[in-house]
Amino acid sequence: MTMEKTTEPIWWGLFSAGGVVAAFLVPIHIILVGFALPLGWISDSGALYRIWWVKLYLFILIVLPLYHWGHRHYFTLNHMGLKPISKLLAVLCYGGAIFGTVVTVWVLLKI
Amino acid sequence: MSVTRPEKSKLYYRKMPATWWLQKQSYFLFMLREFSSLFIALFLLVYLVEIYQLTKGPDAYAAFIHKLSSPGWIFFHVVVLLFALYHSFTWFQSSAVVLPVRLGEHLVPRQTVTALHIVAWAVISLVVLILFLTLKG
Repeated sequence: MTMEKTTEPIWWGLFSAGGVVAAFLVPIHIILVGFALPLGWISDSGALYRIWWVKLYLFILIVLPLYHWGHRHYFTLNHMGLKPISKLLAVLCYGGAIFGTVVTVWVLLKI
Repeated sequence: MSVTRPEKSKLYYRKMPATWWLQKQSYFLFMLREFSSLFIALFLLVYLVEIYQLTKGPDAYAAFIHKLSSPGWIFFHVVVLLFALYHSFTWFQSSAVVLPVRLGEHLVPRQTVTALHIVAWAVISLVVLILFLTLKG
């Protein structure tokens, strides 16, 4: 209980920041990655992903919406009748977002 | 624990069936909005996998992009885009409620604030597109 109370503002802050990133930035990337590149409207060698500030941008683009998902989905699943396993949901949702952060950092450092 | 708020266990929570969100259109739309975050996260993981291909060389990257041209993946991205747009519009609407804008004495109407968000979104999307087209190899 004490733990939940003290960390709530952090999760909510990440949720909110992730919501902003998802709202403003994600749709154009879906168009590029999901349609423009595979359907051959434009071509790309991926060279831009090696630029340091593009990596920083990608970190923000990918990681923040993961926390947005984690925080939002935790409550959604609770509201869908999974409250009895609330603790497990917290581990899966917030843990999933943290795991995603680590993987993203690893990929971005490796390319 | 503050004095004004009773402990959680002392509050009364009405038992709800797990399917409560199917009973009313507005509840269903609420749930769709909640699930938009899942589809957005799934898309970002696909994007991350695409970027990861670069560690295996340009051929792997090109092969992954080609893989995404299959009807199944195009359908996936259509669904993801619809959820993402739903998230964007509902987020701009709620931002107008959460962060009211004042001009002197006057409160800017919510619709105007939402419309300004949409304009900003269009400009940002265009900037990302131009940057991508400029920087891509």
